[in-house]
Amino acid sequence: MKPLTYERPATLDEAVSLLGRGEVPTSLLAGGTNLVDLLKLDVESPQLLVDVNHLGLDRIDDTPNGGLMIGATVRNSDLAADPRVRERYPLLARALLSAASGQIRNMATTAGNLMQRTRCVYFMDATKPCNKREPGSGCPAVEGASRELGLLGTSDSCIATHPGDMAVALVALDAVVHFVAADGAGTIPIGDFHRLPGDDPSLDTTLPAGAIITAVEVPPLAFASTSTYRKARDRRSYAFALASVAAAIDVDGDTVRDIRIALGGVSPRPWRAHAAEELLRGAPATADSFRAAAEAELAAATPTGENALKVDLVVRLVTGVLLELTGSER
Amino acid sequence: MSALGAPLRRLEGTAKVTGAARYSFEHTPDGCVYAWPVQSTAAMSRIIAIDVDAVLAMPGVVDVITADDAERLEDADDGELMVLQSSNVAYRGQVVALVVAESLETAREAATRLRVDYQTGDVDAVLEPGHPKLYAPDEVNAGFPTDTSVGDIDQALAQAHAVVDHTYSTPAQFNSPMEPHATVATWSDGRLDVFESSQGSSSTVQILSTLFGIPAADITVDSQHVGGGFGAKGSPRPNVVLAVMAARRVGRPVKLAYTRQMMFALAGYRTPTFSRIRLAAGEDGRLLGLAHDAISQTSTIEEFTEQTAESSRHMYAAPHRSTSHRVAALDVPTPRWMRAPGEMPGMFALESAIDELAHEMGIDPVELRVLNEPASDPESGKDFSSRHLVDCLRRGAAAFGWEGRDPAPGVRRDGRWLVGTGVASALYPAMVMPSSARVTARRDGDYLVEINAADIGTGARTVLAQVTADRLGVDVDRVDIRIGVSSLPQASIAGGSAGTASWGWAVSKASLALVDRLKDEAVPDDGLSAEADTADDIEAMADVDRHAYGAHFAEVRVDLDSGEIAVSRMLGVFAAGRILNSRTARSQFIGGMTMGVSGALHEHGVMDAVHGDYANHDLATYHVAACADVPDIRVEWLDEHDDQLNPVGGKGIGEIGNVGAAAAVANAVWHATGVRVRDLPIQPDALVRHLPMRG
Repeated sequence: MKPLTYERPATLDEAVSLLGRGEVPTSLLAGGTNLVDLLKLDVESPQLLVDVNHLGLDRIDDTPNGGLMIGATVRNSDLAADPRVRERYPLLARALLSAASGQIRNMATTAGNLMQRTRCVYFMDATKPCNKREPGSGCPAVEGASRELGLLGTSDSCIATHPGDMAVALVALDAVVHFVAADGAGTIPIGDFHRLPGDDPSLDTTLPAGAIITAVEVPPLAFASTSTYRKARDRRSYAFALASVAAAIDVDGDTVRDIRIALGGVSPRPWRAHAAEELLRGAPATADSFRAAAEAELAAATPTGENALKVDLVVRLVTGVLLELTGSER
Repeated sequence: MSALGAPLRRLEGTAKVTGAARYSFEHTPDGCVYAWPVQSTAAMSRIIAIDVDAVLAMPGVVDVITADDAERLEDADDGELMVLQSSNVAYRGQVVALVVAESLETAREAATRLRVDYQTGDVDAVLEPGHPKLYAPDEVNAGFPTDTSVGDIDQALAQAHAVVDHTYSTPAQFNSPMEPHATVATWSDGRLDVFESSQGSSSTVQILSTLFGIPAADITVDSQHVGGGFGAKGSPRPNVVLAVMAARRVGRPVKLAYTRQMMFALAGYRTPTFSRIRLAAGEDGRLLGLAHDAISQTSTIEEFTEQTAESSRHMYAAPHRSTSHRVAALDVPTPRWMRAPGEMPGMFALESAIDELAHEMGIDPVELRVLNEPASDPESGKDFSSRHLVDCLRRGAAAFGWEGRDPAPGVRRDGRWLVGTGVASALYPAMVMPSSARVTARRDGDYLVEINAADIGTGARTVLAQVTADRLGVDVDRVDIRIGVSSLPQASIAGGSAGTASWGWAVSKASLALVDRLKDEAVPDDGLSAEADTADDIEAMADVDRHAYGAHFAEVRVDLDSGEIAVSRMLGVFAAGRILNSRTARSQFIGGMTMGVSGALHEHGVMDAVHGDYANHDLATYHVAACADVPDIRVEWLDEHDDQLNPVGGKGIGEIGNVGAAAAVANAVWHATGVRVRDLPIQPDALVRHLPMRG
């Protein structure tokens, strides 16, 4: 760990101005549940840490249209326990509770969760090549330990996954990320927030340099009352997803009227299953159509030798989750 | 009433939960400095250059030690301990330099900045059946023979009514104690004082004496509190050698602790294993032949051969038998002991194969085991000191609800889960090792017992106080106990499930000797002591076969949507001689079974074949069972009396809980799904494609 300077601004303006100077590599410190590890492991070496825990960004407010505005430093535990989240967005509450451990959720924040880095074992080991950590050094994962890694939206240069759960639910909900920077405030639809690697995996997100996330807005979605989050993993707590599904469904009789599906653990971004959703709108709410839609979504998958399991896993998870939500299992 | 068997709470429990109990690294002598190992980033290679000067120039850096200038060590018969003695690198992660600095942070930063250039070669780090480097070692771990043969196994296979012939594998597994290895070393006036997280500081003293060429009498090793070991702290690891070397060189006390990541290269681990099992059965289900051929890996600097096939020499009757071990020295970290070395992987293989045979022959798996129960040790013909495996199986079957079990696989459905049950046997040798102890009667009427036993979290301290109280005929609260310091009477390591038997014997003998003295002698002001050593008693023991036995029953649920496996309940029934403390014993059995579940479903050291290290070297990616994975575990034991063991009558319980547990889970997964998984860990990968679709 390299020596660094620590600043704890009391206001958002002060934080933005610290960040806006851009004199030295700077990281924001919220819960620290990922960043502190990365500092110790020499994966990240900022020279300035700006602590954003004291900016008053820890409120959950109703929006006029019936959605929620979630402050950037609302803790994962608090968000999961909020009655409005539990009632309006069961998939979000369940995604949060499936993540990490109780201790980590008590520290981890909403914005920090979006900004967490991949847990690819090559990225996490500063003694090995990694295009995300050291652009141009190569990607040993493609031919190496890739069982946990991605198969949708990956590239030759990087197959790392976004490791989170919360963001998968937010992608299904069409959430919006709010930020401020020196030149003013802005928003990014969550679906555009995480980048695909292409030939430059070093940048995980589209958040502008010098910007600070202030809140995540979740719009209302009536049929999110029929929603859930399921995560397949190698142990029943404190493990990242092999694959996960966030889904909400609106069924009219035997027909799917509307649907949201997002996948975790399969891509550098929380993966909105647009192709599957398209196929299912207006389709019969049956196991066969659920399965066919999931298979269509996975048609573009490029599994490695080690993670081909995820193709079958996603198809089964999507089918099982939708059967459960619709109660249509024979 | 005797204190033996009572569910006494750990004597040091309050000190541990309040933080008063100090572990090795929590000792900070005045003027100490911090050492940080620099690990090789190349596998099999040669160091060409190390840029020591650049790091020495950093403020706060005290010293950098490399193979060029480290003191020469005498060979203590463990290549892993010959640290900084050569420019040759045997594996990625081996220590190539040691940075010493005024603060931990400076030492760590300096270590990452130290530039080391290597001349590298091809990496050969993946063990496979048929690997060209496999050879037959002279013997395997614990001195067992490499190969054994009785009768003619080929003939038995040729004449059999049914044959099972499969290969089973277990991956690299890492002991992962809560407390990583740590040492604090101080030299003063030619004396060496060491705080070391160790399972046996008496042997650490001997090894340091050899390595550094100083009399053992000038060394004290203190290991009063140890945060788990599971074998990884059973013999010294490089940490203590490095700390002692650095302390001598810089003339100040040195603190050194492994990070969790370092544990995956420098602490030892269980080798990956492959076991080919061949069973030849007659029409009635009785075995005609049993063969177990095992392979494992070791490093190029130290031969360690896991005794994977040893348990198959003792489990079941069969007139024709054969076992073998082959090992390959690869460019990998040096494997070492991990809870039930040999028995854990070997019994996963054998007990899976027995389950396969039971299905093939249409015989209940419990009954097949009972049918093949031997009257004496099946290979040596020795008498058993006691063997109650069948009683464990019968009692377990009754308590678990085994009777009436539908043997058909893949047919029980509960919602989105398939449900199945499995059984497996367990055994572990009942060993005892020479130890000595001293018991002192004080003027105030209390007693002091002293023995260099190690309590690695098992409750050893408490149990030995109970044994002493029982022999003296006094309440336990009249007994003070001191353990875990090498200046106390010498004792064996906490290993081989033999600690309590070995130490208990010495404590028992010393206590009885004191009782004798107290008949004729008054207690003087400085107390009246009696000492005892058990070496001669152990030498005189009858030549019989001594093992503890057990039976595991497991119920699993497999998720049709994901292939995820949940162990919903588990029962272990053990016959392990006299149980000396029902509370700490239950904890050890449960801990062993938990490790068995963890090995069955989770733990998997993934070799990075390109770089030559275990790629998932932290506890976020190397999965040990979490609380949520640990089912409703029930433990029972038989009231077993065996007068051919040792005066305290226990067979040892530290490891048997981890033997056979993985096979019981694997057999239950087969019963649930119809999918036989022969390679641990059992993960969704092996199941998901074979499960029926929902809907």
